[in-house]
Amino acid sequence: MDIGRISRRHLLQGSAALTLGTAFGARSAVAAETTIGFIYVGSRDDYGYNQAHAQGAAALKKLPGLKVVEEEKVAETDAVEKTMESMINLDGATLLFPTSFGYYNPHMIKMANKFPKLRFEHCGGLWSDKDPKNAGSYFGYIDEAQYISGIVAGYSTKTGKLGFVAAKPIPQVLRNINAFTLGAKLANPKATTQVIFTGDWSMPVKEAEATNSLIDQGVDVLTCHVDGPKTMVENAARRGAMVCGYHVNQSPLAPKAYLTGAEWNWEALYPKFVKMIAAGEAIPNFYRGGLKEEIVKCSPYGEVVSAEARKHADDIKAKLTSGDYVIFKGPITDNKGKTVIAAGTERGQKDPELEKMDYLVEGVIGATS
Amino acid sequence: MTSDVADPADAAAISPAADPGFLQRYGGTIEYILIPGAALVGALGVFGIFVALFGKSPLDLYFYMYQGAFGTWFSWQNTLTRAAPLILTALCTALPAQLGMVIIGGEGALLIGALAATSVALVMQSAPPLVVQLAMVAAGMIGGGLWIMLAGGLRQYRGVNETISSLLLVYIALAILNHLVEGMMRDPASLNKPSTREIGAANMIGTIPGTDVHWGLVFGVVAAVASYILIYHTVFGFAARVAGGNIRAAKIVGLSVGKLILTICFLAGASAGLAGMVEVAAVQGRTNANLAAGYGFTGILVAFLARQNPLAVIPVAILLGGISASGGLLQRRLGLPDASVQVLQGIIFVFVLASDALYGRIGFLKGKS
Repeated sequence: MDIGRISRRHLLQGSAALTLGTAFGARSAVAAETTIGFIYVGSRDDYGYNQAHAQGAAALKKLPGLKVVEEEKVAETDAVEKTMESMINLDGATLLFPTSFGYYNPHMIKMANKFPKLRFEHCGGLWSDKDPKNAGSYFGYIDEAQYISGIVAGYSTKTGKLGFVAAKPIPQVLRNINAFTLGAKLANPKATTQVIFTGDWSMPVKEAEATNSLIDQGVDVLTCHVDGPKTMVENAARRGAMVCGYHVNQSPLAPKAYLTGAEWNWEALYPKFVKMIAAGEAIPNFYRGGLKEEIVKCSPYGEVVSAEARKHADDIKAKLTSGDYVIFKGPITDNKGKTVIAAGTERGQKDPELEKMDYLVEGVIGATS
Repeated sequence: MTSDVADPADAAAISPAADPGFLQRYGGTIEYILIPGAALVGALGVFGIFVALFGKSPLDLYFYMYQGAFGTWFSWQNTLTRAAPLILTALCTALPAQLGMVIIGGEGALLIGALAATSVALVMQSAPPLVVQLAMVAAGMIGGGLWIMLAGGLRQYRGVNETISSLLLVYIALAILNHLVEGMMRDPASLNKPSTREIGAANMIGTIPGTDVHWGLVFGVVAAVASYILIYHTVFGFAARVAGGNIRAAKIVGLSVGKLILTICFLAGASAGLAGMVEVAAVQGRTNANLAAGYGFTGILVAFLARQNPLAVIPVAILLGGISASGGLLQRRLGLPDASVQVLQGIIFVFVLASDALYGRIGFLKGKS
């Protein structure tokens, strides 16, 4: 029992600027024992969103001089504010990663204002000039990896019917569905993606029902965008369908059915952040990237993926990694026949229009509302 | 038998065991403190064994629980912040229990209360903050009140079991909330987290001066004390308890049972609706899916642990707030999963329910008549 930890509180607050550099451009390296706090909305072994972040945290634990504290299943209410404060006051955390979308505003913003000398990094939020300078938001263009999954799925399907189990029709999810479908159409122009929205991020029963219903309708390759893909992956594999994973590598759950998957690469990003801070570099408050920036990655191909599929997918992956490939390139029509990106228009990964996506491209069976 | 003890001060002067009058008068009250206290100690003991099985020291466990919940001023504020909504939602179960009704739908009333309060604030944007805040309180209470009154009405006029109907109404409330937040009431700027517009910083009710704890705690304590007075010191409360004891007897003596049910259900729902209003006006600043954080469900646990006594709800809510506040520290220091806190809550629940059998059976507390 180390009661001493509490009495360090004031000391830590006073010297916080020294321990971890902030937007003020601090000079010093990471101090002898820097504490980093990670907060997850679900359980950290969910084979999904939270596990991806926990893997990033695990990568930090391997670095010398860092102490990582973690808390799981923290609600997106003032509970997360108190968890952040508790990590700061009782554990001496100076860098915090509240990883769920709903933690950003008002909760993390409030804490960043309250502790201006500490650094807060949020996954998924849209940092703007109005927000505190010691807060940042980072995210990845995971639709690039979904595009690769789509290519592999397009080659692997026998029925030409793909399935997508999705949470909510919000821009991030629609972008993944559309990228997956556009990728599949590269491989098989007649391929369709049937999408089912479950209505929320973690609805295991509905996810299982959606998976079964899609397979009953002839779908033979599935992917998803929900917090925990485990339900979809296991059920689809049991029914003999193939799957593309999401968030983390789910191949241990279904080694034979697993084709590839769109994964976060937090285990590369988080150590990079810490090294930037140690080197006195400021982390951009708004930090984004895709395959090129190593924020997302693709799972290794499963055994059943054909050589042709691998070659085509690797080729596009190389182009995306070098940064000269655009997924959302006109002409693109939505599934109601309306042109959404005109011929000749290229919407690159950072195009703000894509952040407002509210349509499903041609080839997707389903509706946004 | 008459007692020569005039008041508690005199009673303290006399050895209790030597004076049966003291025990006869206060034995009941002592029972109410002693039995739940023993149940709590027993539960903590069993949880200590449970933790020891995982190779962690129970002494560390107790120390961290104390430190995380009550050990520092910050811990106290953490505990009280978490307790605040629980007092109000617990009353949603405790009040109808006086009539022998088991209402478990406080979560639904909370959501409807939050939605009503937000709606009012959004249409009254130009009014002075105090007027908006009062209107929000009224709207939240009326919204939540009508919602639980619906369950009471179904029971009174249609014979529908109120436990089932109030629970199912939670899912309807959540569906209404999601429908409005993702549709009509959606702030177009809330791209990836569908939310209503913000009620505005000026309309927020803020925290109790000198603390981080929001006014919900004061509302809760006032509501609990008012409920206690209503139930135990008014004719209305007496009538309610008569009806709760024997509904046919109450009808025979001419009590209007229907009116009692509807009124009590309204008050119960109003208190959960007020919790929803506070979540909006003190924490979230708008309505979105974050509001469904489970306070309504934890409130049921609080009410049962308090044996449905409105006054006892206050300390029990603080106890559960403390358990959840210290839960984070247990995760961080002992590496226990979040589920261990639920195991502890479960053990406490079982012990307290089982200890019900002890009331009136502890010989030395009865006194001799």
